[in-house]
Amino acid sequence: MFYREAGDFKTSYADDSQTFPIRFDRLRYYAVMAVAFGVIPFFINDYWANAVFVPFLIYAIAALGLNILTGYCGQVSLGTGGFMAVGAYAVYKLMTAFPDVSILIHVLLAGGITAMVGVLFGLPSLRIKGFYLAVATLAAQFFLVWLFNKVPWFYNYSASGQISAPERTILGQAVTGANTTAPAKYLFCLIILVALAWLARNLTRGTVGRKWMAIRDMDIAAEIIGVNPLTTKLSAFAISSFYIGVAGALFFAVYLGAAEVGEAFGIQKSFLILFMIIIGGLGSIFGSFAGAAFMVLMPVLLKNLLVGQLGWATDLAAHLELMIVGALIVIFLIAEPHGMAQLWRLAKEKLRLWPFPH
Amino acid sequence: MKKTMTAIALAMAVATPAMADLVVPNLSYRTGPYAPNGIPYADGFNDYFTLLNERDGGIGGELVRVPECETAYNTEKGVECYESTKGDGALVFNPLSTGITYQLIPKVTADGITLYTPGYGRTSAANGKIFEWVFNYPANYWDGASVAVKHLLDENGGDLSGKKIALVYHNSAYGKEPIRTLQELSAKHGFELVEIPVDHPGQEQKSQWLQIRRDKPDYVLMWGWGVMNAVAIQEAVNIRYPMDHFIGVWWSGSENDVIPAGEGANGYKAIGFHGTGADYPVYGDLKQYVYDAGKAAGDGSNPGNVLYSRGMYAAMIISEAIRKGQEIAGHSAVNAAEVREGFENLNLTQERLTELGLPGFAQPIEATCADHGGPGSAMIFQWDAAASTWNQASDWITADSEVLDPLIAEDSAAFAAENNIAERCN
Amino acid sequence: MPDQLLYAIEAGLNGLMAGVLYALVALGFVLIFKASGIFNYAQGVLALFAALTLVGFQNGQIPFAHLINAIFGTDLHTFGWQLPAIVAIVLAAGVMVILSIIIERYVLKHLVNQAPIILFMATIGLAYFLEGLGDIMWGADIKKLDVGLPQGINETIDTVTYNAFGYGFFIDNLDIVASVVAALLVISLTIFSQYSKQGRALRAVADDHQAALSVGISLRFIWVLVWSIAGFVALVAGIMWGSKSGVQFSLSLIALKALPVLMLGGFTSIPGAIVGGLIIGMGEKLFEFFVGPMIGGATENWFAYVLALLFLVFRPQGLFGEKIIERV
Repeated sequence: MFYREAGDFKTSYADDSQTFPIRFDRLRYYAVMAVAFGVIPFFINDYWANAVFVPFLIYAIAALGLNILTGYCGQVSLGTGGFMAVGAYAVYKLMTAFPDVSILIHVLLAGGITAMVGVLFGLPSLRIKGFYLAVATLAAQFFLVWLFNKVPWFYNYSASGQISAPERTILGQAVTGANTTAPAKYLFCLIILVALAWLARNLTRGTVGRKWMAIRDMDIAAEIIGVNPLTTKLSAFAISSFYIGVAGALFFAVYLGAAEVGEAFGIQKSFLILFMIIIGGLGSIFGSFAGAAFMVLMPVLLKNLLVGQLGWATDLAAHLELMIVGALIVIFLIAEPHGMAQLWRLAKEKLRLWPFPH
Repeated sequence: MKKTMTAIALAMAVATPAMADLVVPNLSYRTGPYAPNGIPYADGFNDYFTLLNERDGGIGGELVRVPECETAYNTEKGVECYESTKGDGALVFNPLSTGITYQLIPKVTADGITLYTPGYGRTSAANGKIFEWVFNYPANYWDGASVAVKHLLDENGGDLSGKKIALVYHNSAYGKEPIRTLQELSAKHGFELVEIPVDHPGQEQKSQWLQIRRDKPDYVLMWGWGVMNAVAIQEAVNIRYPMDHFIGVWWSGSENDVIPAGEGANGYKAIGFHGTGADYPVYGDLKQYVYDAGKAAGDGSNPGNVLYSRGMYAAMIISEAIRKGQEIAGHSAVNAAEVREGFENLNLTQERLTELGLPGFAQPIEATCADHGGPGSAMIFQWDAAASTWNQASDWITADSEVLDPLIAEDSAAFAAENNIAERCN
Repeated sequence: MPDQLLYAIEAGLNGLMAGVLYALVALGFVLIFKASGIFNYAQGVLALFAALTLVGFQNGQIPFAHLINAIFGTDLHTFGWQLPAIVAIVLAAGVMVILSIIIERYVLKHLVNQAPIILFMATIGLAYFLEGLGDIMWGADIKKLDVGLPQGINETIDTVTYNAFGYGFFIDNLDIVASVVAALLVISLTIFSQYSKQGRALRAVADDHQAALSVGISLRFIWVLVWSIAGFVALVAGIMWGSKSGVQFSLSLIALKALPVLMLGGFTSIPGAIVGGLIIGMGEKLFEFFVGPMIGGATENWFAYVLALLFLVFRPQGLFGEKIIERV
């Protein structure tokens, strides 16, 4: 009734090619933005910021990045953790070397550095495909972690190899370090996420995105119709790594505050983010958000339910949590292999017809 | 989406119970790769507080609540646990993870909650002038390294020149901690130091032990955790390395580590900063009020073993610090700042330990504003495989403060400069 | 012979032995990938689960004791018996068969014809589930696994090489046993797949699912069969690794050591898994021996992957993998 193209007349080309052509979608988008920027910052406290919102926002950035590479360009990568580590160590070196430059610039530069590393490790993708590539990206994962652990220059020769984020401010508000308020953390990550999501949405609608999808659907055919696999695959690696590097930088500087490479950016992280995009939906911006929300909220919710509500022993709860998360993943894949984004699409189809489905 | 959000909000609202009197969260790990080490520690920690509640009605008449939170030795879950228990009015944190400690140091400093890290965490936190809210007495990693070297000096008539000592370490922040100290000590005493890293988790260490077999170091020190310990000891047995020349830090000296290697592990040495075994009088009370009353935290297999004792040690120190804080504040419902005062003015004597039913369990501690590191002494224990016990193999050995103090000053000064912290206690 | 060369030979030999252990894990992957196109990440957790079950049976632990105690307030721990190793192994193998039937019925059946990445993810979900289940069933503490395998240095090799070269080689008895077991396993698997009816059906399914279905081979039975075999291989791997380190969570991480082996050998080739294992094992030990000390050691984890990556750049389908033919 209210969710349909009919009756929503476009009078210019710009109107016609806008991101959300349906009015209801647009309104919903504005409403989400209004809540995210206008309501949540006033109610957020330390627990909600650190346990739920900040990790969700950061993982959403990483998931967007991986979705560009895997969902849009079809290159399965298990090196996400390693690339996040590049972002984290880059921002650490920049923060400590140039304390006067704004942290925002450092975060973006860290993304840029990660993009270069990503291109380097993306080179084999021109030869290797499918699962072989997935396992090959693990080489990046393990090598990068080893490198950051081994070379003291990366952690400024500290005794233990831990890196800790010093306090940096934007407009007089601390955004890293221990004195950061919950709203500052949240808003800083939110702004970056919104900007990057906007960029990703428009990239994937344009020429670049179409080339990526052509390569994903069949790379030989794409090559024949004139898509250059070299530049296309490497641009996917670069942009994806940029996102992941930014996520890694925020993960270390804003969220954790201190990190140790093997623990914070290990192989588990790579799997976690791959989970997010598969559960959320490959090749979907909304899916990246949904998947990140699912994987961040699920354990917190289960923990609070089992330990807080039912008063179970923490170890039993943790084991049950593993079983439940595992089972949910399997059930999800069986019920809807195309992820939450597909559910969303189906819901929209239903809405179009509602309330007269015939 | 909205529905789930409301459900979550509801779950969290109900999950936060009413304020209890004294809250000491237990950030434990009973799952994941380090669970075998985390379980006994958490059990000892919980059981001691249960004992205080059941026998004495808490501390100074205030019941102690120990909300447990599972970290799985994972820093992200550590953050979640910290934030979720902080709101309950937590007085002190004890995360049993060096990684989580590093992360919590700035947070507790900002929030004004004590972080107590006995025998782990950031070594330079021993400098109370810089680290106001962090305490790591009675001993830290650098003390451990120094004690091990001193023990070797004793064994060699005070001379280690020309000897070769290998350090097998967990390739992480924790394992790398002692390296700098050992380098200094090797310069001072003239022994050669060989560093041999083992990556997490340490399931496969053939290369490392083949290297030791070839190089034939006179002594091997180990900074390991989790499965790495057991595998290392097994491999040492396999290459027939003399076990009494193999010394582990206190985190590499539990029953879990030596039992899988069976008879071969006999004679393995480990450093310890507290006693072990279930012969202390306190176990009588524990049996009466906790185990037999069905209130024990674990399945009953752990009491008396090394990590259980260590969990109990941490709980004992925390409870004594709270007691001291109550004494200074003059009322029993202390807050986090008052507990910090208790930690800073803690004076634990042998008489007090005897009163607690733990005679000779640990060395006395007298903390001051500047000294958050304690006496820094430890003993060497030796494993007796036939009797399945750790036997004391030395007296208390005090660390070489001549070497350590400058290192601590240097490292804490770096931290102070990074975070713009002014020195206190002057 | 110069010492350095002797040391290198020793490191290489030990690498070969380690490679056999990697290959044991990789074998399980290959079996399942061949028969169903599933990249089974849960193989490592299967090994952990199998080893936990074995130890549990051996010590007469009551499954789910912790959960039962928590719910009913009972105080159960063990049945109070000790089973002989061989009985426990048979029982554990039985559990693995039951497990594969359950997996087939509740997971795989519903995922027929899905994209490979979806299947891969499903196995990761399965890995999580089994990890939690193993812990709940048998507890998360470390367990000693002893089925009577010899361990420690092989005296004969030590003395013989000492007399010959003046330096005794270190070869672990357990590694020798593992090599023999792996060889037996590969031989029996080969015989099984070449000469038995079920084995031929297995190969037919691996070649072409639809053709196999059309000649009346039950795909579901084959899947149960292949997962059972993979479960048994996991049990063997679990025993070998568990004897060395005790049985605990980290055992499941051995899957990560098997991935480069698979990459190098090709996902579809059993000889590939063995040869790949040997190359990776020897390569990483020799690299650690020659280059490790120069760059700070602990190189094994990544070197295996980089080595495999280098091979792949020249042979994108692995050493023994089937040639990938692409048509538009």
